[in-house]
Amino acid sequence: MDLNLKATELRLGLPGSDEPADQLQSSSSHVKNNKRSCSEIDGSCQKQESGAPAQKAQVVGWPPVRSYRKNVMEQQKKPDSDGSGFVKVSMDGAPYLRKIDLKLYKNYFDLLKALENMFKCTIGVYSEREGYNGSEYAPTYEDKDGDWMLVGDVPWDMFITSCKRLRIMKGSEAKGLGCL
Amino acid sequence: MAYSFPEEVLEHVFSFLSSDKDRNSVSLVCKSWYEIERWCRRRIFVGNCYAVSPGIVIRRFPEVRAVEMKGKPHFADFNLVPEGWGGYVYPWIAAMSAAYPLLEEIKLKRMVVTDECLELISKSFKNFKVLVLSSCEGFTTDGLASIAANCRHLRELDLRESEVEDLSGHWLSHFPDNCTSLVSLNMSCLGSEVSFSALERLVARSPNLRTLRLNRAVPLEKLANLIRRAPQLVELGTGAYSAEIRSDILLNLTEAFSACKQLKGLSGFWDVVPAYLPAMYSVCSGITSLNLSYATIQSFDLVKLVTQCRNLQRLWVLDYIEDSGLEALASSCKDLQELRVFPSDPFGAEPNVSLTEQGLVSVSKGCPKLQSVLYFCRQMSNAALISIAKNRPKMVRFRLCIIEPRAPDYLTLEPLDAGFGAIVENCKELRRLSLSGLLTDRVFKYIGTHAKKLEMLSIAFAGDSDLGLHHVLSGCESLRKLEIRDCPFGDKALLANAAKLETMRSLWMSSCSVSYGACKLLGQKMPRLNVEVIDERGPPDSRPDSCPVERLYVYRTVAGRRIDMPGFVWTMDDEDSGLRFS
Repeated sequence: MDLNLKATELRLGLPGSDEPADQLQSSSSHVKNNKRSCSEIDGSCQKQESGAPAQKAQVVGWPPVRSYRKNVMEQQKKPDSDGSGFVKVSMDGAPYLRKIDLKLYKNYFDLLKALENMFKCTIGVYSEREGYNGSEYAPTYEDKDGDWMLVGDVPWDMFITSCKRLRIMKGSEAKGLGCL
Repeated sequence: MAYSFPEEVLEHVFSFLSSDKDRNSVSLVCKSWYEIERWCRRRIFVGNCYAVSPGIVIRRFPEVRAVEMKGKPHFADFNLVPEGWGGYVYPWIAAMSAAYPLLEEIKLKRMVVTDECLELISKSFKNFKVLVLSSCEGFTTDGLASIAANCRHLRELDLRESEVEDLSGHWLSHFPDNCTSLVSLNMSCLGSEVSFSALERLVARSPNLRTLRLNRAVPLEKLANLIRRAPQLVELGTGAYSAEIRSDILLNLTEAFSACKQLKGLSGFWDVVPAYLPAMYSVCSGITSLNLSYATIQSFDLVKLVTQCRNLQRLWVLDYIEDSGLEALASSCKDLQELRVFPSDPFGAEPNVSLTEQGLVSVSKGCPKLQSVLYFCRQMSNAALISIAKNRPKMVRFRLCIIEPRAPDYLTLEPLDAGFGAIVENCKELRRLSLSGLLTDRVFKYIGTHAKKLEMLSIAFAGDSDLGLHHVLSGCESLRKLEIRDCPFGDKALLANAAKLETMRSLWMSSCSVSYGACKLLGQKMPRLNVEVIDERGPPDSRPDSCPVERLYVYRTVAGRRIDMPGFVWTMDDEDSGLRFS
């Protein structure tokens, strides 16, 4: 007895059509699908993590960027499981937040200079003992544990992997963080 | 003809003709002019190494001093040509080593050059002066050592963007102490560290050195020492532009730069630490060419540098410059002729920077001399393209890469036909065009109708039917190179315009709809074309004639089919209608 299970099967497609509907090709059916699976592409396909910008399946030779350039760009990006180095930066008293890409900076000096530039303020120089005492503002950051830390205590490479967001605190408030 | 000029007089007159076009015209006047001209032609340019054979060239031009040659098709840059396809220069070098003992210059692009070739060059040509290897591959630093050691009068060694197997930096130390002739050295593509003291001594004993492009391994702390020894430099490529921030390094560098009064071009800038950029400010007003395309620094640092270069003519930069930076560029650099904006994150799904079509529109508005553009971005509109076209009717090269294939006008969701149509209609001098975004056959109609000076066209993910290809092949009178990928173009347009292909250097089509049968037919009909089918799936004979080929490369040639094809390339010709034995 034919149970005609096919008729009750759930699948994409108009009822009555027997064709499997996986020929959902865009544009001309003449165009050969040149897409290759991620694993075939040379190394630039990253795993997607929650919140990180997705890397899409790549077409060979597109966009037309030469391998040399691709390699150099890969080497210059800091090895980062996240993909993006963007963190939010807030400054006490400023009407809106900014965003910066931590991966663009090589060290604290560059970062602080950039922040000073961006917010038109003076942050001053870090000292282990005094923090940023004496200057108008102090840079702080929220680390992976959710704690608010003073920028500068840990080595740079450790900092950029643990920093989730930045906050430029008014000097008066920062005193508490400075002396521990 | 009773009287004619003595040969020497004609030869002297011809010596003022440098363009091949002129010399070719001269050769057609009469037999004696042909003879005189061929004996005094000193420079030859072979745009496709397979279009002619070494024997033919040498037979016609026995006294050549400079050879320039290109091998693989342009799309090889993007990995569309499989490894081993061809472009071997060895047969040329071997033939020339016997025929042209006085050869002085060899310039190659996209060719396979082996260490054996380099050694042969270094030993065969006593007067050898210039070696330029652009996007070449197949050699190691050992080959470079031969050149350094044996070419006593070497003036130029330029390895731009070649893939060199870097065994060690030792090759540089092979330049003999009495080699003082160096004018240009470009080693920027090499990875290994060279002996700094050897480099320093080489620079110090080369009073004519005008161009020095270092590789990334040369540290910034040592750059000042080099520059100090070559204040006459016109073009400098730095090494890695990063170091611990130290005021003595900064001071040293600033002083060294300030002594370089002739500096016009800067490049390099890997790993830039912005704090060191001010070292260069003193030379900025003289800079006409700036390549910051590896500088991963933010817009405001880029802008600070670029806006000081008031005489800038050429800028290559990453999209970190953003629209705001391009606007600043447009206000400051009124002499700008060429702009290239490269993507910092081409494979990211989301834009990582604020660079849109606006940046390009600003530059097109503000820079009256802008004529050459390469621009990667993630959105475009017809309105923007129309604006650019109206602003810059003198545009000569326009290459736009919208990162997402088939992306429509982001404002209207329409195809970008009208925008590119405006480009070809307004820019009557346009010689090179690369298309992207959503495009129908209509854009090709515009191109065929208006782009009469167009010489090179690159098409990807565009068009609806054969009509598109037909418009281009039948309308673009000056077309020399056509490269197409992933377009629904097939047999009809190709076969209907077969004769056109003999007027062009080459045609590349990959992932299109050209059938094997059509390729065979084309090969049979056109004996002066090499019709190469490149297919990694195995012999095309094993599939039906109607099956589309993976890749097709057609070029005109007087040398017949080539004999160095790998297993995945088949030439279609009379001999092929039937069985073929690999």
